[in-house]
Amino acid sequence: MSVQETSTDAQDDLVVQVRVNGESRRGFAEPRTLLSDFLRHELGLTGTHVGCEHGVCGACTVLIDGEPVRSCLMFAVQAGGKEIETVEGLAKGAEMHPIQQAFQENHALQCAFCTPGFLMTVSALLDTNPDPSEDEIREYLSGNVCRCTGYVGIVAAVQSAAKKLRDQGGTADER
Amino acid sequence: MKPAPFKYVVPDTVDEVLALQAEHEDEAKVLAGGQSLVALMNFRMAQPSVLIDLNGLTSLSGIENGGPVIEIKALTRQLEVERSATMTALPIVAEALRHVAHVAIRARGTFGGNIAHADPASELPALMLALEAEMVATGPDGERVIPAADFFKGYFTTSLEPTEILTSVRIPTKQPGAWAFMELARRHGDFALAGVATLLDVEDGRCRSARIALFGVADTPVRATEAEAFLVGKDPVGEVLEEAARITAEALNPSSDIHAPGAYRKKLSSVLVKRAVTAALNRGDMG
Repeated sequence: MSVQETSTDAQDDLVVQVRVNGESRRGFAEPRTLLSDFLRHELGLTGTHVGCEHGVCGACTVLIDGEPVRSCLMFAVQAGGKEIETVEGLAKGAEMHPIQQAFQENHALQCAFCTPGFLMTVSALLDTNPDPSEDEIREYLSGNVCRCTGYVGIVAAVQSAAKKLRDQGGTADER
Repeated sequence: MKPAPFKYVVPDTVDEVLALQAEHEDEAKVLAGGQSLVALMNFRMAQPSVLIDLNGLTSLSGIENGGPVIEIKALTRQLEVERSATMTALPIVAEALRHVAHVAIRARGTFGGNIAHADPASELPALMLALEAEMVATGPDGERVIPAADFFKGYFTTSLEPTEILTSVRIPTKQPGAWAFMELARRHGDFALAGVATLLDVEDGRCRSARIALFGVADTPVRATEAEAFLVGKDPVGEVLEEAARITAEALNPSSDIHAPGAYRKKLSSVLVKRAVTAALNRGDMG
């Protein structure tokens, strides 16, 4: 059993070791530090956005061991040893991921605040379902809120991304 | 919006959890999937001084098919239950789970946590009532089996003692053949304004038994016992079904809140009963 006290003294913070986008990373966290804040403030991965901070908006969605989760509803210490994928892991250098390309081509974003959460959720969807119907797309994305687009462009982008990935013969992960 | 400081403990065994609960009493909270608790902590509506993280207890995760019952360990993620091949024996469970929030919530949220949280508008407590499941509580004196009908006591309140935790749920595999699960929510994935789980045993156009469990219409999930009794021996269509729906609503006195007036929820319960019973009859056997 491990016991840890939260302290205002930074020296008592815990060391959290995770794998993020295939790289081993470590940082400090109080027990109460949310995973979303740990990614942004401690690891400098500010692509993960923080919207509602109570699990409703989906902006902070990341993948943990392949499954989409809300990083604002998890403590960083709980992610120790886990494989985390964030939006920073999608593009390969200057080359956007097919899902990102499809979002750009289909005007699936305006202000883009929600986009990282959408991209990660779509990545999980297309990993498990390479050819989703419109209903399946809308159902899977129902936990991500976009206040700009009205979702039409987003749904079109997912269909386009699914086709791109199928044509490449890879999954969203292994292209 | 950040949680207040707390002491964080990750026990390796259920005994350690129980010892910590006994030691810290009301000061402690157990953390399962955290999809309700962490949100409450972010708002500082919950400020436990000790947080007992159950996620190190691998013994509390998994689904076992024991023939007459399927046992779902409390920490099994909702998404795992939804996708489980074992659970195809009880398809109403996966159907109900698809109404629980969203994929990213179900990936982390646990089956037992949803039940122990006992939100009266939540799907799984009502489903447990409809399936006549049993809750297994573990405390200092060992295991205690609590029928679903005795488990839910009020808003966010169960018959679990402060010294106990919910460790598993046992669902009988022998269930009435016709079933349906329905709810009405303002947005998909929201808590329902009202919802219903129904299981019917129908032979030669006559109802041999009927179970109707509703949620979102009282401070606990409730069985529509009068309507269930009314349906026995009858063909649950047309005027009979109208009457059963009327009896269901008559027995309810839902409260009003920001989401809907009580009278609307009452009306909705009768509409949902009609739709669900009709859908159950049309679907036929649950196999």
